[in-house]
Amino acid sequence: MALIKYSIAIRDAIAEEMRRDPKLFFMGEDIAKFGGVFGCSLNLPEEFPGRVLSTPISEAAFVGAGMGAAITGTHTLVELQYVDFILCAMDQLINQTAKTHYMSNGTVKVPYTLRVQQGCGRGNGAQHAQCFESLFAGIPGLKVVCPSTPADAKGLLKTALRDENPVVFCEHKMLYAVRGEVPDSPDFTIPFGVADIRREGTDVTIIATSYMVQRALDAASLLEAEGISAEVIDPRTIVPLDMETLAASVRKTGRCVIAQEAQPFCSFGGEIAYELQQQVFRYLDAPIERVSTAQVPMPYSRKLETLNVPTADRIAAAARKTLWR
Amino acid sequence: MNPKEILGLYENMLLSRRFEQKADELYKEGLVTGSLHLYIGEEAIGAVAMLMREEGDLFTSTHRGVGHTVLCGCDPNLIMAELFGKATGISGGKGGSMHMFDQAHGLLGTNGIVGGGTSLACGAGITLKLVNHTDRVVFCFLGEGASNEGVTHESMNLAAVWKLPVIFVVENNGYEVFTTAQESCSVEDIAVRAAGYGIPGAVVDGNDALKLEKAYRKAIDHARRGEGPSLIEAKTYRWSGHWPGDAYSYGGYRSKEEVDEWKARCPILRLGKLILEKGYATGEELDAISRRVDRRVEESVAFAMASPDPDDGGLLQNLFA
Repeated sequence: MALIKYSIAIRDAIAEEMRRDPKLFFMGEDIAKFGGVFGCSLNLPEEFPGRVLSTPISEAAFVGAGMGAAITGTHTLVELQYVDFILCAMDQLINQTAKTHYMSNGTVKVPYTLRVQQGCGRGNGAQHAQCFESLFAGIPGLKVVCPSTPADAKGLLKTALRDENPVVFCEHKMLYAVRGEVPDSPDFTIPFGVADIRREGTDVTIIATSYMVQRALDAASLLEAEGISAEVIDPRTIVPLDMETLAASVRKTGRCVIAQEAQPFCSFGGEIAYELQQQVFRYLDAPIERVSTAQVPMPYSRKLETLNVPTADRIAAAARKTLWR
Repeated sequence: MNPKEILGLYENMLLSRRFEQKADELYKEGLVTGSLHLYIGEEAIGAVAMLMREEGDLFTSTHRGVGHTVLCGCDPNLIMAELFGKATGISGGKGGSMHMFDQAHGLLGTNGIVGGGTSLACGAGITLKLVNHTDRVVFCFLGEGASNEGVTHESMNLAAVWKLPVIFVVENNGYEVFTTAQESCSVEDIAVRAAGYGIPGAVVDGNDALKLEKAYRKAIDHARRGEGPSLIEAKTYRWSGHWPGDAYSYGGYRSKEEVDEWKARCPILRLGKLILEKGYATGEELDAISRRVDRRVEESVAFAMASPDPDDGGLLQNLFA
């Protein structure tokens, strides 16, 4: 175990997989200089000359090229500097990448991982601070990963880079500097579709991913002081989704809060609430609560941005509501 | 091309022609559904490229890709069955004419999105050159309409910057659905845009197999030497409508005279004439080719007709590998 930053855990995962798979190819904007904007490719161009390339600012071309490389036998990793830029390459992601395995009746494989950096927290405004995991998860044929810790980032990215399918790997800009214990072994991976129970509890289940996990844990601490025992679960991957673990927890607690940074309408949180009411309706003691940003673009003002993003206090308040307090 | 290759080319072009004419009939009968975009009149462009490919060379196709798929050597039975949406189709009936993949013959997909293949061709070029370190090349077919798509511009720039072995072949057939190339393109010759990417560009008569061969030879050699992409614009004409149900082919947005004028420049007729003039084959031998091709097409229709629809279980299969 070593105490390392989320960004370095990502870098290490890429380095280990590039050592293991001599055909793994990595491209993205600015990644071959200074480790890229977020330091996730630090020293990789030196260790893997010709395999880590900075692209032109041409998202449609390089997101599509990732697909073209993948279907010709190259396991491909593409970094998108900001998730917001994927909108310039939605044809390449949805029409080309996500559908090809299905459209080809399974004859074409697409071993392709797209790393995206998303989220609020730096006053980046409406076109540099979005969360698109709900959008990605709604597209058949994409796996969607949202790691919340350095260890999860490393273990899940290594799994992505060994997967034979398109994976959108959603990183959060506020997590890159967070440190955590990460296993050293190059064999360390985390399977997709296995939720992590980050804190056990008996009164209410709080489901959160990515940057919201720490806030959910902080909410659980606030609730503990009031004698409320909250269970915090991080699904870690949205596609595939470990509904079994989520449903088992809600069966136990009878109450559920879903915390997400995305806007509420047509979101991942709404989908989980639907699945839960299908599976555990008679166990529920209260309506499922959802804490989200407002249904507006992310404002620039730090004050408004802070107001918009769910906090531990808001998550705790939602939990109390499920307990009729 | 030697005489034997020219005869093979002729037969292949005729197969594509007759296959698509049959598909057109079947579409009008309702046996082929959705959209069907015919390559009739444009066959030389794809056929010469397919003939000049070597083992390991690849290509991306377009919405008008049935012709390319026939020409690349894919079994016509599998193509016809796909047009019928049958389980035996090349995509198991899940793709249709715009989503056919045949890796054994280098086809990286026909494509429902105009310009959709351009970035994929760059990716294939990455595999061939930067990952596998070979001198193999990728043909990227697109229309003049696709030359106005943003991703095409991005892809040509990327291919140029990384010297990817991509041969962009613009099949300029004069029309983008109902809109003319003159109305939608800023230049008369798309090939002049090559200068903007710092790559070689050439205009060629797309209905002349021998001229196509010369243009492709230069581009292939350039790419194999590691010097990067080229842009070849092949001038041609779309005989049919954008799709078979396009009732305005004559009278509406273009005249019968215009279509007839281009039919007189048919690439297959021209090649047949050359074959007879040079004595590569006799008229009887060409007739024998014609009969052979017709039998092959009939066989594909019989195969498609006799094939089963996909199983219900197929609906949920193959979402992930």
